[in-house]
Amino acid sequence: MSLLDGPTSLLQVAAYIAFAATTLAFIASFVRVVVGPSLADRVLALDMMGLVSVSLIATYAIAADQALFLDAALALALIGFLGTVAFARFIELRRRSSHE
Amino acid sequence: MNSLILRTTTQLMITILLLFSVFLLLRGHDLPGGGFIGGLVAAAAVALYLIAFGADAATLLLRVRPRALLGAGLLAGVLAGLMGMVTAEPFLTGQWLIFDLPGNAEVKLSSVLLFDVGVYLVVVGAVLTMLFALEQG
Repeated sequence: MSLLDGPTSLLQVAAYIAFAATTLAFIASFVRVVVGPSLADRVLALDMMGLVSVSLIATYAIAADQALFLDAALALALIGFLGTVAFARFIELRRRSSHE
Repeated sequence: MNSLILRTTTQLMITILLLFSVFLLLRGHDLPGGGFIGGLVAAAAVALYLIAFGADAATLLLRVRPRALLGAGLLAGVLAGLMGMVTAEPFLTGQWLIFDLPGNAEVKLSSVLLFDVGVYLVVVGAVLTMLFALEQG
């Protein structure tokens, strides 16, 4: 049985709706990454994309009934936080060097 | 970076990250995980500490130089490979030590685990060597 056969239970129907919603959120945050007037906007949008990916993986874990995928979501959530912190530090250092 | 929020969060996160890295290392035997990804998560934990508290504090936290970790990991990997010599088998053949414990339990120690720990140490050492060099450069 594969996910391509279509939903087989109410839980899977809910998962499919969640897939559509998170995909829309992913596209919306991607637009912000491209458009975003300032660097901070882009960093926040990238962080948002990371969080949406975590929800996508978690939804997929439910839809495919595979708890193993949750570990990938956990790793991505922990590492994505580090990326945002590193970007924040970069913005801070850049601002400090432009003031001097 | 001087941020109270980041420092407090880091102290919580570093525990979770290190625990998760050991979990990944030990589970990697027959499920997704292993020394490489576990080492990357552990290096990310120290990198977070490095950003929040600075290079000096991170060096104190680590206690040994990252390059020493790299060397220790390579040594563990080679030792795990050479264990096949004991039973006259080819290089890197898995060797198992099985202890029977009271209560119908058994503990299996293998050269495979030693090799994975070596990979873990090499990844942590290599990533942190680069990060510390970037921090000081």
